[in-house]
Amino acid sequence: MKYSSQAVAKPYFIFALILLAGEILFGLLMAIQYLYGDFLFPLVPFNVLRMVHTNLLIVLLLNGFMGATYYLIPEEAERELWSPKLAIITFWVFAAAGVATILGYLFVPYATLTELTFNNLLPTMGREFLEQPLPTKVGIVLVVVSYVFNTIMTVLLGRRTVITTVLITGLLGLAVFFLFAFYVPENLIMDKFFWWFTVHLWVEATWELIMGAILAFVLIKTTGVDREHIDKWLYLIIAMTMVSGILGTGHHFFFMGAPEYWLWIGSISSAVEPLPFFLMILFAFTMARDRKIQHENEIALTWAKGTAVIAFIGAGVWGFFHTLAPVNMFTHGTQLTAAHGHLSFYGAYIMIMFTMISYAMPIMRGRPHGNSKPAQKRELTSFWMMNIGMIGLTLALSAAGIVQILDQRVGTDLIGFMESQESIAGIYTIRAAFGVLVLAGLLTYFSSFFMKEENA
Amino acid sequence: MTERITKSMAKNIYYGGGTFALLIFIALTFDTVHQIPERSNEVNMTENVVHGKKLWEKYNCVGCHTIVGEGAYYAPELMNVFQRRGASDESAFKAYMQGWMAAQPLDTPNRRKMPQFNLSNEEVDNLSDFLIWTSKIDANEWPPTIEG
Repeated sequence: MKYSSQAVAKPYFIFALILLAGEILFGLLMAIQYLYGDFLFPLVPFNVLRMVHTNLLIVLLLNGFMGATYYLIPEEAERELWSPKLAIITFWVFAAAGVATILGYLFVPYATLTELTFNNLLPTMGREFLEQPLPTKVGIVLVVVSYVFNTIMTVLLGRRTVITTVLITGLLGLAVFFLFAFYVPENLIMDKFFWWFTVHLWVEATWELIMGAILAFVLIKTTGVDREHIDKWLYLIIAMTMVSGILGTGHHFFFMGAPEYWLWIGSISSAVEPLPFFLMILFAFTMARDRKIQHENEIALTWAKGTAVIAFIGAGVWGFFHTLAPVNMFTHGTQLTAAHGHLSFYGAYIMIMFTMISYAMPIMRGRPHGNSKPAQKRELTSFWMMNIGMIGLTLALSAAGIVQILDQRVGTDLIGFMESQESIAGIYTIRAAFGVLVLAGLLTYFSSFFMKEENA
Repeated sequence: MTERITKSMAKNIYYGGGTFALLIFIALTFDTVHQIPERSNEVNMTENVVHGKKLWEKYNCVGCHTIVGEGAYYAPELMNVFQRRGASDESAFKAYMQGWMAAQPLDTPNRRKMPQFNLSNEEVDNLSDFLIWTSKIDANEWPPTIEG
C-alpha cells in the first residue's frame, strides 16, 4: 500500500461483502416464498423480503464504490486522502443508517414506518427501490456529498488523471440524479417518468463510468500496460456509454404513458447499449494479452475479465433481447426483466467490486503479490460457482418470462397471472437451486480469506 | 479498429457525444412533461385518485404487484384490473374491491398471500378510483391483453 489512508477502504469492502451475503439470503427466501406462499407469511410478507433484497444491493454497491474510490484515489492522485477521518465517520454513519433501515423494514409494518419517519411531510416512500424512509434518504445524500467532496479535494490537491476525472464525473452524476428520489409528483405517470432519472441514469449511465474507472485502474496495476493506452480505451468506453445510455432511458418510456417518439428513440439508443460492454471485453482481454508484467495476483485479472464478459452478457445481450419496442410490448413487466436485472447487476457491479477487492484486499493485508496460490485457487472455484449460479438462475427466470408471455399475452387461449405462475413452479424450483449455488459460491469466496499463508 | 482512434479523438467523442445526448434528452424531457397531463387525463385526477396513489405507496403495493408494467412480479398487473375484474364498470369494480380487500389473506394453502391491510371502506374506494384512473392512461396500447 503506497498511502496509509488507502486503508479506509477496508471496512467498506468488508461491510459490502457482509451485506452481499444478506442480499443473497433474502433472495433465497423470496425464491422459496415464490413456491410456497405460506413460507414466512404473515411474519415477513413478500414486499418486505424484496425491499430488503434490493435495498441491500443498493447499499452494498455504494459501499463497494466508496471503498474502491478511497483505495484508488490516493494512488491516482499521488497523495494521501484529503480526510481519512471523514471517510471513516461516513462509513459508520452509512453503516448505522443502513442497518437501522433494514431493521425498520423487517420489524415495523411499512405503513407504520411511513408514519414514524415523516413521510407525510415529503412523501417519497413506497416506490420501487426508493422505499427508504426520508431520514435514510437524507442520510444517503449527506454521505454521498461528503464522499464526493473528499474525493474531489484529494484530486484537486494531487495529480489529475483520466481515471480520476471519469470517476468524479460518475460520482457527481450519482449525487445529482439521486435528488430525483425526492421528487414525487401526484400524477403517477409523471412520478414514474422522473423515478427513472434516478434508477436508469444511475445504473445505465453514471455507475458505468465508475465501473469503467475501477476496471481501468485494476488493469493498469495488474498488466502494467501504458497509461496512455488505457486512457484511450476508457474514453472510448464511456463515450459509448453516454451516447447510448442517456437516451437509452427511453426504453423505459415505451409503455408507461410517455409519448410515442420514445418508442423510436429508446429502441435505437438502447440497441447501442451493448457496445460499451463489448468494448470492455476487448479492453480487458487486449490489456491482458499485451501485459508488461506478470502480476502474481492472477485472480484479480480473472475477475476483471469476468466482469467485462458477464456484464456484456447480462446488461448487453439480455438487455437487447427485450429492448426493442415491438418486443418489449410483450416482455414489459415479466420475469424477463428480472432475468436481465439479476445478471447485469451481478456482472457489472458485483463483479467489479470483487475485482477491486481481489486486487486491493491482499495488499491491505500485507500481501503485495496477492494471496497464496491455494487461496487464489479457492477464489477461482468461487468465481465459477457464482458465475454458473447466476447464469443458471438468469436462464431459469428467462424461461419463466417466456412461459408467462405465452400464457398471458400470446394467442387466444390465455390464462390468468396466478394460474400461469403455478405452471412455472418447476422452473422457479430450478431458479432457487441455482440461487443456493450462488450462496455456496459466496461462502467459498469468504473462506478463501481465512486460508493460512504458507510463506507468511 | 481501435488503433486508428487516438486518445484525443476518444475524448472528443465522449464530451461531444455525451453533451449532444444530454441536450436531446433534456429537450425531450420538457416535451414529455408537457404531454403527460393529456395522455394521463390529469383533468380526471380527483382528490380521491391522489389519495389512492398515496395509499398505494403507503402499503408498498409495488413490492408485489406491477402497475403499468413496473414493480414486482409476485402478483398480477393492476393497470387493467378495472377491465379484468370490474368489466370496466365502476360500481361493479368498487364492489369487487371491497369484497376482495376484506377477504385477504385467502386461506388457500401455499397460494401466494396478500396481507390484510385493514383499510376503511373509503380508503378501498380511493384505491379503486386510483386504479380506474390508471386504467385509462394512454400507454401506447399496453398491456397487450386483458390478462396483463
